[in-house]
Amino acid sequence: MGANLRKESGPREVFCGLTSIVWLHRRMPDAFFLVVGSRTCAHLIQSAAGVMIFAEPRFGTAILNERDLAGLADAHDELDRVARELLARRPEIRTLFLVGSCPSEVIKLDLARAAERLNEELQGRVRVLNYSGSGIETTFTEGEDGALSALVPFLPSTEKRQLLLAGTLADAVEDRLVHLFARLGIETVCSLPPRQSTELPGVGPGTTVLLTQPFLSNTARLLKERGAKVLSSPFPLGAEGSRRWMETACRDFNLPGDRVAAVLDPLEERARIALEPHRAELSGKRIVLLPESQLEIPLARFLQRECGMELVEVGTPYLNREQMAPELELLPEGTDVTEGQHVEQQLDRVRDQHPDLVVCGMGLANPLEAEGITTKWSIELVFSPIHGIDQAGDLAELFSRPLRRRQLIHPALHPQTSTPSIHA
Amino acid sequence: MQLTLWTYEGPPHVGAMRIAASMRGVHYVLHAPQGDTYADLLFTMIERRGQRPPVTYTTFQARDLGGDTAELVKRTVREAAERFRPDALLVGESCTAELIQDQPGALAQGMGLSMPVVTLELPAYSKKENWGAAETLYQLVRNLLKPQVPEQPQHDPKAWMAVGRRPRVNLIGPSLLGFRCRDDVLEIQRLLTVHGIDVGVVAPLGAQVSDIERIPQADLNVCLYPEIAESSCSWLQRNFGMPFTRTVPIGVSATHDFLVELHTLLGMDPPTAEEGYRSSRLPWYSESVDSTYLTGKRVFIFGDGSHALAAARICSEELGFKVVGLGTYSREMARSVRTAAKELGLEALISDDYLEVEAAMADAAPELVLGTQMERHSAKRLGIPCAVISTPMHVQDVPARNSPQMGWEGANVIFDAWVHPLMMGLEEHLIGMFRHDFEFVDGHQSHLGHRGGADPSAEDLRPSTVVMNPEEQGPVWTADGEAELKKIPFFVRGKVRRNTETYARQEGRMEISSETLYDAKAHYKA
Ligand code: SF4
Ligand code: SF4
Repeated sequence: MGANLRKESGPREVFCGLTSIVWLHRRMPDAFFLVVGSRTCAHLIQSAAGVMIFAEPRFGTAILNERDLAGLADAHDELDRVARELLARRPEIRTLFLVGSCPSEVIKLDLARAAERLNEELQGRVRVLNYSGSGIETTFTEGEDGALSALVPFLPSTEKRQLLLAGTLADAVEDRLVHLFARLGIETVCSLPPRQSTELPGVGPGTTVLLTQPFLSNTARLLKERGAKVLSSPFPLGAEGSRRWMETACRDFNLPGDRVAAVLDPLEERARIALEPHRAELSGKRIVLLPESQLEIPLARFLQRECGMELVEVGTPYLNREQMAPELELLPEGTDVTEGQHVEQQLDRVRDQHPDLVVCGMGLANPLEAEGITTKWSIELVFSPIHGIDQAGDLAELFSRPLRRRQLIHPALHPQTSTPSIHA
Repeated sequence: MQLTLWTYEGPPHVGAMRIAASMRGVHYVLHAPQGDTYADLLFTMIERRGQRPPVTYTTFQARDLGGDTAELVKRTVREAAERFRPDALLVGESCTAELIQDQPGALAQGMGLSMPVVTLELPAYSKKENWGAAETLYQLVRNLLKPQVPEQPQHDPKAWMAVGRRPRVNLIGPSLLGFRCRDDVLEIQRLLTVHGIDVGVVAPLGAQVSDIERIPQADLNVCLYPEIAESSCSWLQRNFGMPFTRTVPIGVSATHDFLVELHTLLGMDPPTAEEGYRSSRLPWYSESVDSTYLTGKRVFIFGDGSHALAAARICSEELGFKVVGLGTYSREMARSVRTAAKELGLEALISDDYLEVEAAMADAAPELVLGTQMERHSAKRLGIPCAVISTPMHVQDVPARNSPQMGWEGANVIFDAWVHPLMMGLEEHLIGMFRHDFEFVDGHQSHLGHRGGADPSAEDLRPSTVVMNPEEQGPVWTADGEAELKKIPFFVRGKVRRNTETYARQEGRMEISSETLYDAKAHYKA
């Protein structure tokens, strides 16, 4: 392993796991996410989602108040009432996720019991599940791990030989990957989460799992317990990562190597052409990735190997060494990888190093821009369709655009010399 | 437990952050889990600030809970004090920390720090953002001014005359994430300068600890945003005898009233009533013939207390609109909003449930909505033009240009912002005249805010009630009834449709013809 791994602790600046509701609710339109928490939790998902979502959101918060804190028995009744009210209002909902938060965990509100109770009451009409998205337990993307883990026990058993893609993908990207797997010779591909919360894929000894996202440790473990085989591979970001990822599955399905090459070679060639202009922009530029989504290591690998960037520091909120091993191997010898965070010290290092680009959370971006450091929001990388060989060019563009923008506007906004006006 | 989809206000510690971030040299240590750091983006993205708010979070995790979170608090306080060397330190907790009861304030007080430490106790499970901001400012003012409090308050707001200097007032209440505070302060400063009045301290926006300590040196306080400033202003009145103004200068008549109040308190001659007419364009624009079309436009208002009250007054008294709905999410100001609504013949809507507000809005069938970002979205869904008048706001409500709400210029800004989403006079007329021309399909108007493109009549003509039980078929519209309905302006069409159907059902009519429609109209007018 070439990377230089370090742990850091101190004040962090990372979203909590509730945030993943923002993309999960778009993925499963028949599901509702009910956070059992405080006004802070409600304010967080609202702010992270932006006040710009027009439709009535398929998430909400049951805000605990003083009375709920005083008597736990009441809190359970209250939760039942809120859930009933909500389901009466939204009869189209088929799956209700009760999402635990810091306050509900600290007061030990038993959401598993609540889910059980509501399941009994709603027999068959709505399935009620629970998981924790609390900030004392989870960061940002780990919320998805929690939600998917809650679904695993309900997956029907199957003996079928199939490939299961675990992790939320954009629909278009997923369609494309399914199509490519079919061309490679894997006909049965299903996904977790599914597009409808009621159409859960089966799982069993014939199931091979490819993780599409690096933050699904618990889901992977539970799928293994259900008899599935979880493959270890670099993640499908960039042309190289995506190719290795698909090849890993092909090997498991014993597909002939020449056929795999025949399908993937032209794709890789096309991706190389798509990457070219961005590589020209990015090559030799220095980048820091601050911890946020756990996508940082695969992204760093892509940026270094396919775009020619220099990795100054790669932060990750949490590092699953086993799952990340194939990625870490691809990083250059001595790359500084930091797990955890002390945000002030990390920012001091950023200022010292003055990289060309910093990938960071929304709270830090403008302050860094104001210091003259170009940034890229990490949350955009979670929302955008970036997976797969065909997306490599688009993925690179997300990083080259902020740099190009600075070149475009910087000369006029920060003139080095004063040029006489033509009207003078 | 309260079910919330969107919320108007954040938790009270976000209010505290607004005060800390507004000031210079103040740092806030917040005992909170990592997810609560999202609050930074309110400042760096919605307000597009180039600085992080001066807040250090302890970001404790579950594994810390068994151990010593108190030690974590102390370590964080120590680090923050060393790194930022603030002139004053605020110490508080968010909702989760409140439950684990570490009492970070007391811990910090015991650490022998060199700067003043202000402990904030903001009950997260019963209070909200604006309250938290007000309480934080109050605690800060109280703590920093305690040593100066006289035995007997003997403050004379007219003392400036005897000393031979210009009168001096403080502007209390403007803060970050407040609605257009930055621009209002500039406008009010300009207004006061014109009247020969100096501005002493502006707080919290841009103030330092030393500025807070200078507050008692002014003649009086201008309570600019009561939601945030009132508790501090009344404390200053009780302890120092400093009076404060109660009128919020938004709109032409309120600005005039404000000037009169201020001059009277200071012992100066109040300005003439013409000043507003000369200094703001709102009065003449509103009188001009083009504005005739504004007469009786139906307006629905919802926002924080101060802005909603101001909007109601401007709409009804200065623009000739008809206020058909008035409400606020500021429970602290419920009473005055109720009174104002009553004067307009309405019942105020006091709610923090945006769905309830949306329902009231739909029911009132307004032609214009003045509200927050939530109402903007609701209005968009309903196809009604909208202008944003209050927080919660979005990045687009923090314009690059100077765009105050207060004072004479504020009135100009308001005229433009509220009137532009509507159709202009002649335009409305022409569209009425040419409505049968193929280019003037309903909803195809040149201005923003209307339902664009698609034909809204299609949606408006849908039966309003989903028939649950097929036996209970509702009344059916005849072709001639539908044609008549189409002639009704689209913004009230939905309401007319609902009323007519209700009427027909009451009367047991199975069909709705044009006659039924007129019968219903007469029935509801009666
Ligand atoms: S990203 Fe920009 S536009 Fe979107 S919610 Fe945040 S501030 Fe608003
Ligand atoms: S960190 Fe905890 S309290 Fe804060 S928003 Fe997330 S779940 Fe809620």
